[in-house]
Amino acid sequence: MIKPSVELIMAGRRQRRRRWILVTGLLALLACILCCAMLLLGNTIYPVTEVIRALSGEQILGTSFAVNTIRLPRMLAGLFAGFAFGLAGSIFQTMLRNPLANPNVIGITTGSSAAAVFCIIVLQTSESVVSLASVMAGLATVMMIYLLSNRKPFSIGRLILVGIGIQAMLDAGISYLLLIGAQQDIPAALRWLSGSLNGSQMHELPPLMITVLICTPIIIILGKQLSLLELGDQAATSLGVRTNTVRVILILSSVCMLAVATSVTGPIAFVAFLSGPIAKRLVGSGFSNAFPAGLVGVNLVLGGDLIGQFAFETRFPVGVITGIVGAPYLIFLLIRMNRKGSL
Amino acid sequence: MNSFFATHDKRIRLHTPKNFTMILVICILLLGICTLASLALGSRLVNAQELMDGLFRPEIDSYEANVVRKRISRTIFSLFCGAALGVSGALMQSVTRNPIADPSILGVNTGAALFVVCGIAFLHINAANQYIWLALAGAVITASLVLGIGSMGQGGATPLKLILAGAATSAALSSLVVMIILPRSYAMDQFRFWQVGSVGSGTWSAIAIFIPFLIIGISIAIITAPALNALVLGDDVATGLGVRTEILRLVAALASVILCGATTALAGPIAFVGLLSTHVMRLILGPDLRFVIPMSAMAGAIILTISDVCGRLIGSPGELEVGVVTAFIGAPLLILLAIKSKVSSL
Repeated sequence: MIKPSVELIMAGRRQRRRRWILVTGLLALLACILCCAMLLLGNTIYPVTEVIRALSGEQILGTSFAVNTIRLPRMLAGLFAGFAFGLAGSIFQTMLRNPLANPNVIGITTGSSAAAVFCIIVLQTSESVVSLASVMAGLATVMMIYLLSNRKPFSIGRLILVGIGIQAMLDAGISYLLLIGAQQDIPAALRWLSGSLNGSQMHELPPLMITVLICTPIIIILGKQLSLLELGDQAATSLGVRTNTVRVILILSSVCMLAVATSVTGPIAFVAFLSGPIAKRLVGSGFSNAFPAGLVGVNLVLGGDLIGQFAFETRFPVGVITGIVGAPYLIFLLIRMNRKGSL
Repeated sequence: MNSFFATHDKRIRLHTPKNFTMILVICILLLGICTLASLALGSRLVNAQELMDGLFRPEIDSYEANVVRKRISRTIFSLFCGAALGVSGALMQSVTRNPIADPSILGVNTGAALFVVCGIAFLHINAANQYIWLALAGAVITASLVLGIGSMGQGGATPLKLILAGAATSAALSSLVVMIILPRSYAMDQFRFWQVGSVGSGTWSAIAIFIPFLIIGISIAIITAPALNALVLGDDVATGLGVRTEILRLVAALASVILCGATTALAGPIAFVGLLSTHVMRLILGPDLRFVIPMSAMAGAIILTISDVCGRLIGSPGELEVGVVTAFIGAPLLILLAIKSKVSSL
């Protein structure tokens, strides 16, 4: 009597694992295709062999510059930033048990942007300082939102409202900084408002890559405990999760990833918000959707950038494309949550 | 029965808030002070003699006198805009029975912006009296959309639902705005001008366009105020008191959107003034809208004008948009409200 039901559960589990592996594989494949497309496509389309030769260090007139100096940094920035946004966004959503509680809505990325704009325009510092400052500002924003909204009983709604208020102030601050900024700094700083891969340079990338490479394993390892956190604090504690430690580590590493990614590409609208729900829809429940969410983020950023570059007569920054895709989804989600009364 | 209502009415009418006259006098004084400040202060400071010359002696043609004359229209415009925004906020808050309803939070500004941009880009419109209709249309459509999404489901329009619906709609619309203006440099230039416009765009012709909207909006607000008072008690009670809630809501919301849409059309997006002035006045005067609405018009005018003066002083020799200043003052209030409000109302 017991055996068949155990087998049923095992079979279900196997099926879900197969689905997870399949979906993750497909997402990774799609990401690879998009990466190649980023390298191959452009004003001039070079043959594949020539691109490979240029990448392996051979000097080819024209190709080397286009591929190594323009397209490769752009692709890498999109790849790592997309992954960071997707992963960190899904962590926030899972941890706060509300898809709306994501870095874009509660203003963490705005905190990082404000710090970055301040560094660029007022202090005129180097890239590494900008990254560092945006990480610190991201953490400070999280702390502030948490402290301000931490009244008993805790409510996600209050957290979101406080976040939106802080975001409004930070936005006003950014506008002020842009106003006092020197004319030549404005284009660099404008990137902080919409998010774009334009003008990504190789020397900006190491901080982002290192942060993603360090934080991803931490998050993946803790991902298992995260799915227990999803059951609620009490249940998780009784299953042996040190809820507070896990939560602090997860928040720290996701904010670091978010902030550094924001300092390189600017806040690319809605990627952090969209990736989690899409990944969850694709993977189904049962397994952690953190890693697939990162891959979804990569696909969104690279795909959005390709669409922005080539689908229209004018080149649009990736943030505009993801904004147009993401906002209707947010509205749809709101309508659905309102209907269910879960807000 | 009749006599009951009569006494009832009378009691309400007699119940003016405490110290109302004093508050009124203080507000009028403040209004005078900030008007003077707005005329005298700016990146070029003007002394009393020059101020008098500019105001009352048109034959004097000094530089300072002309500066003052330029500031007159700007000051009047900012007083009017502030009043419109204050009333608009008070109406919106009582229609949605929601302490944090402000036209800007509900995404109305971005809706107006999108329509203005479409007008500039596709219809090649470039005059303020044409903007205003587009901005109004945009404001009305966006407001209905946001209110519609926000009031779905149980519990009607809670602050959280409304604010999220507004934020999502704003985000979607501002992406569209960027998408429309980026490829068109002429639209970009005009739009930046409009977006930054602030009350500095207040010319006499803008004021002339604005006045009819202001009068219509404020008259509707004052006429509907007693009925809106009943609405605060809940739809059932209000219906019992003889108020047609649906029509009242529609009319009051429309008046609110007309006021803020017209302001946005002429001055560009200005946030948080409605929220701020209504809350300050409600804190001082209590909940009676027959007092709160006119006084919040006054408070709005004061807040906007002072913010504009601050923006001019901070941003000197240029100027800081008044919307940035009001966001700095208003956002902390939003946070405070979020912290103070009970979980049940979120």
